[in-house]
Amino acid sequence: MQALQELSRRRVVPFDVPGHKRGRGNPDLAAFLGEKALSLDVNSMKPLDLLGNPVSVIKEAEELAAAAFGAHHAFFMVGGTTSSVQAMILAACKAGDKILLPRNVHKSVPTALILSGAVPHYIYPDTDKNLGISLGMCFDDIKTAIEDNKDAKAILLNNPTYYGICSNLKGVVELAHKYGMLVLVDEAHGTHFYFGDNLPISAMAAGADMAAVSMHKSGGSLTQSSILLLGKDVDNGYMRQIINLTQTTSASYLLMVSLDISRRNLALHGKKIFKQVIDYANYAREEINHISGFYAFGKELINSSSIYDFDTTKLSVNTLKTGLAGIEVYDILRDDYDIQIEFGDIGNILAYISVGDSKKDIERLCSALSEVVRIHGKPPKGMLNYEYTHPQLIITPQAAFYGEKELLDLKNSKGRISGELVLCYPPGIPVLAPGELITAEALDYVEYAKEKGCSLSGTQDPNVEKILVVK
Amino acid sequence: MELWFSEIHTPSVKLDIKLKKQLFHGQSDFQRIDIYETVEFGRMLIMDGFTMLTEMDEFVYHDMLAHVPMAVNPNIENVLIIGAGDGGMVRELSRYKNIKRIDMVEIDKMVVDAARIHLPFTACSLNDPRLTLFYEDGLRFVRKHTNVYDLIVVDSTDPIGPGEGLFTKEFYGNCYNALTDNGIMVNQLGGAFYHGDIVSTQRAFSRIKGSFPIARAYQAHVPTYPGGHWLFGFGSKTLHPTRDMQRDIWKNLGLDTRYYNTTLHIGSFALPNHVIKLLDEV
Repeated sequence: MQALQELSRRRVVPFDVPGHKRGRGNPDLAAFLGEKALSLDVNSMKPLDLLGNPVSVIKEAEELAAAAFGAHHAFFMVGGTTSSVQAMILAACKAGDKILLPRNVHKSVPTALILSGAVPHYIYPDTDKNLGISLGMCFDDIKTAIEDNKDAKAILLNNPTYYGICSNLKGVVELAHKYGMLVLVDEAHGTHFYFGDNLPISAMAAGADMAAVSMHKSGGSLTQSSILLLGKDVDNGYMRQIINLTQTTSASYLLMVSLDISRRNLALHGKKIFKQVIDYANYAREEINHISGFYAFGKELINSSSIYDFDTTKLSVNTLKTGLAGIEVYDILRDDYDIQIEFGDIGNILAYISVGDSKKDIERLCSALSEVVRIHGKPPKGMLNYEYTHPQLIITPQAAFYGEKELLDLKNSKGRISGELVLCYPPGIPVLAPGELITAEALDYVEYAKEKGCSLSGTQDPNVEKILVVK
Repeated sequence: MELWFSEIHTPSVKLDIKLKKQLFHGQSDFQRIDIYETVEFGRMLIMDGFTMLTEMDEFVYHDMLAHVPMAVNPNIENVLIIGAGDGGMVRELSRYKNIKRIDMVEIDKMVVDAARIHLPFTACSLNDPRLTLFYEDGLRFVRKHTNVYDLIVVDSTDPIGPGEGLFTKEFYGNCYNALTDNGIMVNQLGGAFYHGDIVSTQRAFSRIKGSFPIARAYQAHVPTYPGGHWLFGFGSKTLHPTRDMQRDIWKNLGLDTRYYNTTLHIGSFALPNHVIKLLDEV
C-alpha cells in the first residue's frame, strides 16, 4: 500500500503498459470505475516489486501476511482460491502420486488432478438426511483411508464447508503426519478463523502444511484475490516455482493491494469485526428459529465426528419443513423482496453475513423469511436424500482427460470410462470425474438430479446429454 | 447575523427557512436530530437534514394520518404506531375515547426524549395511560404480532436512513399479518412532484398494493414538504376508504380538527391526473 502511495506522489510518466496510462486513455472506464482505481492499475516495476519473484515490497507484504495468519510463508494469489487449491495439489503430488480427498471437493480439485496426474482416493463425507447437506468426514473414515493408503502423499480437507461444518483438523494432521502425508486444507470459507475469537481452529494453528484462504470471502479483499499459506515443513521456493507455472506475469496491483489492506484491517480489527459478525448471525439464527418451518442450524449439531465443530458466522437455514426448496426461497427473496443471498440448494439457504451488514438489513431478512412462509409455505413434501455415488477410478484423471475419446449419448455410456467431469449443483459435488467408470448408479443419479431441477455441468455438451468417454 | 436552515429538496432545489436559534442537536445511533426555533414556522424537527415537522403545519399531516382511518372505522380499539417519536400521532389518536390500547414503536429514544423537552405541542399526550412505548425496530416488532391491531399507522422517515425497512414488501406483509380482520394501515407515501420523490412513492405504493386487497392513496397540502403536496397510503383488508366512511358517527364524536373534515376526507381520495397516472404505473 505504501509503495503505491509513494508511486502516485512521484507522478511517474508512464511509458509502459497498461496502455490506458492511469486511465487517461480510456475515459469511459475511468469515469465508471473511478480515476483513483485506474491510477493504481499499474505494471510491475522496481519500486513495486514483482509477484513472480518478490524481493522488496511484495515480499514484505507477504511476510506481514504470514505473520498475521501464523503461517511460515504466505503467497499473494491473483487467480482466485482456485489457483491456491491447484498450487497445493500440484506442489504435493507428482504424476502417479496418491492423494486422499473428500468427494464433495470444489471444482478446482479435479482440474488440479488433471494437471498433476495425481491419483485420487475419495473419502465419503457423512450426509445429514434431515438437512440434506454434506457434513465433514468422520474421523474413523479418515483413519481407515489413511491406514489403507499408507503410500498416499497428501490428504486434502474442506474446512469449514460452505455450510460452516468443520472436521477434526488437529486429529487428522497428527495422524497424517505420522504416515508422512502432507495435509492440504481448502479453507476458502475460513479466513476469519485466523482473526476472530471463539471460532473453530484454523488450518495453520492445527499444524496443516498448506491452506488456501479466500481473503475475498470473509476477509474483505477484492474478488479473485486469495492467499496461500504454508506450514514450516514445506519449501517455499519450490512452491513459488509451482505457482509460477500457471500464474500471470501481469498480476493486478489492485488485487494485491486489496490483500495487503485487508490483512492490515483484519490484524488490527479482526477480533471486533468477527465478534460483530457472530453476534449478527446468532441474532438472526434465534429470530429465524422463531419463524415456523425454518431451521437455522448452529452449534447444537456438533457430534464429535462428522460435525466436529461449527462456524457460527455462517447463517445456513434449512427450509424443508416450510414445503419450499432452498432454491425456491432463494428466488423469492431476490425477485419479490430484493434480497440477494449467497445460495439456495434443495433443502437450505445460506445468507452470507459479514462486517458490511447492518442490524436493519438482518431485520429485513428475518421479516422477509416470515413473509415467505406466510405467503408461500405449504405442507412439507417427500424428503430428498443425497447419496454419493461410489464410482470406481479406472485410470488417472489426467490419462482420461488427455486420452483418445469419443462422444456418446449419456444413456449409452454405461460401463465406459468417463473423460469428463459431471458436476451436479446443488449440492455441487462431482457425480463423475475423468477416469471413473460410468455406472448405472451414476446415470440414475444424473437422471434424478435433472428431474429435481438441479443444474448439471462440467461436460463439453452444455446440456449434459452427451459425454466424452475414453476409447 | 442571519441564521438559515437549508433543506435540499432536489440537487437543484432547496428550501431556506430563517432560524431564530437552535434548541437541540444530537447524533443518535440512527440519525442526526436537530430542533430549531424558526421565524415563520415556529419550532421544527429535522432528521438527517430533512424536515419532519414544523409547529405551523404539522396539524395537516397528523390530522390526515389519524382521522382518515378513524372515520372509516370508528370502532378501532387497538392501535400500533410505528415511528412518530415526536408524539403527534399519539396526540391525535388519544382523543378517541374508545381506543383501548396504543402501542408505539420508535427505534430512536433520543427523538422521544428531545420531543418531550422541545416539542410540547406534539409530545403532550405521551403520558396517556393507554400508551406503551417500545424502543425497537418497527420491522422486528410487527413481525412478532399476528391478528392484534385494528389500525397500524406508519409515520416513518424517508426510505433512505433508519426508516428504510418500513418501505419494504416484507414490512407491509408483516403489517397485514399483524392486523385484525377489518384492519387498516395508513402511512406517509411521499411526494409526487420531484422525480426522486415520485420513484420512491411509486415503490412504496406498489408494496401496499401487493400486500392489501384494498390499496388507495390520498393527499394533503403540507407547505414545508418538498413540492408542498404530499401523499398518504391507505391499505385495508375489507373496509373501503370512502364508501365505508362513517360520516355521522365521526361527526357525533364532536372532535374539533384544524384540517380534517369528512367532506375533505372524500375529496382527499380524488387525485390529480398526474398522480393517478404515476400510481397506475406501479
